[in-house]
Amino acid sequence: MLGLSKKDTKFLFIVIALTAATPILLQPFPEGSAMSQFNAGYPDLMQRFAIFGIFAIGFNILFGLTGYLSFGHAAFLGVGSYSAVWMFKLLSMNVLPGIILAIIVSGLFALVIGYVSLRRSGIYFSILTLAFAQMSFNLAYSVLTPITNGETGLQVTLNDPRILGQQVAANGNVPPTNFFGLEMGSSLKIPVGGWEFTFNAGYYFCAVIAILAFYLSLRIFRSPFGLMLRAIKTNQTRLNYTGLNSRPYTLAAFVISGMYAGLAGGLLASMDPLAGAERMQWTASGEVVLMTILGGVGTMMGPILGAGFIKYFENIFSKINENVLHQWFSFLPDGLEGFVIWVAEHFVGSGWHLTSGVLFMMVVIFLPGGLVEGGQRIGKKLKRKKSDGDGDDAEHHPKQSPHVAE
Amino acid sequence: MGLLEVKGVGKRFGGLQALGDVNLSVQENTVHAIIGPNGAGKSTLLNCFVGKLIPDTGSVMFNGQSVLGRTPFEINQMGISRVFQTPEIFGDLNVMENMMIPCFAKRDGAFRLHAFETVENEKDLVEKAEQMLIDVNMIDKRHMNAASMSRGDKRRLEMAMCLVQDPKLLLLDEPTAGMARADTNNTIDLLKEIKEKRDITMAIIEHDMHVVFSLAERITVLAQGTPLVEDTPENIKGHPKVQEAYLGEAH
Repeated sequence: MLGLSKKDTKFLFIVIALTAATPILLQPFPEGSAMSQFNAGYPDLMQRFAIFGIFAIGFNILFGLTGYLSFGHAAFLGVGSYSAVWMFKLLSMNVLPGIILAIIVSGLFALVIGYVSLRRSGIYFSILTLAFAQMSFNLAYSVLTPITNGETGLQVTLNDPRILGQQVAANGNVPPTNFFGLEMGSSLKIPVGGWEFTFNAGYYFCAVIAILAFYLSLRIFRSPFGLMLRAIKTNQTRLNYTGLNSRPYTLAAFVISGMYAGLAGGLLASMDPLAGAERMQWTASGEVVLMTILGGVGTMMGPILGAGFIKYFENIFSKINENVLHQWFSFLPDGLEGFVIWVAEHFVGSGWHLTSGVLFMMVVIFLPGGLVEGGQRIGKKLKRKKSDGDGDDAEHHPKQSPHVAE
Repeated sequence: MGLLEVKGVGKRFGGLQALGDVNLSVQENTVHAIIGPNGAGKSTLLNCFVGKLIPDTGSVMFNGQSVLGRTPFEINQMGISRVFQTPEIFGDLNVMENMMIPCFAKRDGAFRLHAFETVENEKDLVEKAEQMLIDVNMIDKRHMNAASMSRGDKRRLEMAMCLVQDPKLLLLDEPTAGMARADTNNTIDLLKEIKEKRDITMAIIEHDMHVVFSLAERITVLAQGTPLVEDTPENIKGHPKVQEAYLGEAH
């Protein structure tokens, strides 16, 4: 179905079902309970899951398939955001033109950066992309102020022309971003027992696009083009001596992943119509690398899991402050409580990066294949327990090549 | 005129004259061996055919066209496939995927953005690749990861990948280097079989005299970057110059 194998179709439907049910799945604890701070079912965070999922899926097409590690993908995210906000300023608050322009502009941008950077491979390629991204960041911050509004960031104002849409909304404010009238900020809140589920229009808009993006990447992974990209990763010499020119393949992968990043940037701006230069900074580029590696490089699900994992813990850990810690550890004797809190507080709140660093190290050391590998190992253990005594000795069977997406 | 015409090729690396003045003609449908002691310039010469090196002087014509200044992928598209001294295959991919890549390269050229097709749906290419695997006795290993195979199988796969492209000229760079005797004999049989089944021209660089004399129809002996003699295997065996320069020293 849809040009996919049976297994992949099933896989796609599982992803669709999970995405659709996210507002419920991420709200496992009743409102007001002690655990409710671990709930993640609010619009802003769910939108980020979908958007950064798209960003990481696109990044994985380049890094996961070809092995070219770009350290400058945040530049495309930023370019996408700026393009979208300009559309909101000039045309209308409808998100569609903004997103389309974001994809086009970031694609062109990626074409130029990729053309130059892909002359080198390995660490030199990474450094070149990093240099380009930092250059874009600094340009956006200073020289290009007329376009980017520098330090303040680009925002929509009441004086913008918006030739196709409303200039000022009825209530005197800037009109909200919408998709042909459907406001991105509007939500449907349904209380069920002690729970409250929020179904947000913006989240579902992002989710539909994320599923499309996932479907496209699934098709690319299974296509001859995807096969060539994987061949580039394993042996470029053989590829060249087999009559294939690796340059246009890597450039195409770079542009496609740049367009994914631009799409993510456009969506970020669509949810919250502002764009700042900090979105292009190298830390943002590093974040998508972390997401992909944490989830599992070159796997279909990995980048999405990684993006969700990082965004979730970033949010939850940042919220925990000293008061919360006091509540948690109040059962300990005073001296010990003080000590435990002193240690713990470095890992929460603004110290969340310390936790993310530790998590990242643990994954790279113990699970080089990322969270996906962790899941596979657990799955294998469960299977082995089930078929215990089958005499199925894995070591004495020839190893089958693993399918890319598990 | 031969399929591959090499005229006056010279190559210098700094102070070392790796190739002096090489003239060579590989005739269509023959197995042409290039032998010589270590450092005779055999690999340098081969690298000049495939676009890895550009000679300082002379010309290399393939099928009436010059290969000089062309990249390896362009030269492959002209019809020259190469087997490396250590097998170059796509280690992370399985055997079937390894076979599909040359099939796509042959049909679609050096680049095509076929991002919305599926590999499995290319029925005739799959069939072609499978037939080739049957020919080289590897069909039962089609799902195996290429990197996990034995060296002999890797070599076999690499040859299959080259042959599935129906090259006009197959270049083999010491195809039995580092192989056990049994593997070497298997490779010889495989090459003989290939030769019988299809019209193909082969140029082999080889150290192993056993391989050379069981396969080659013409032999060029290279010493210190210049061809010593070019003749049939029978004549080469008894040639005094060759005995002196190569066989005498090696055996």
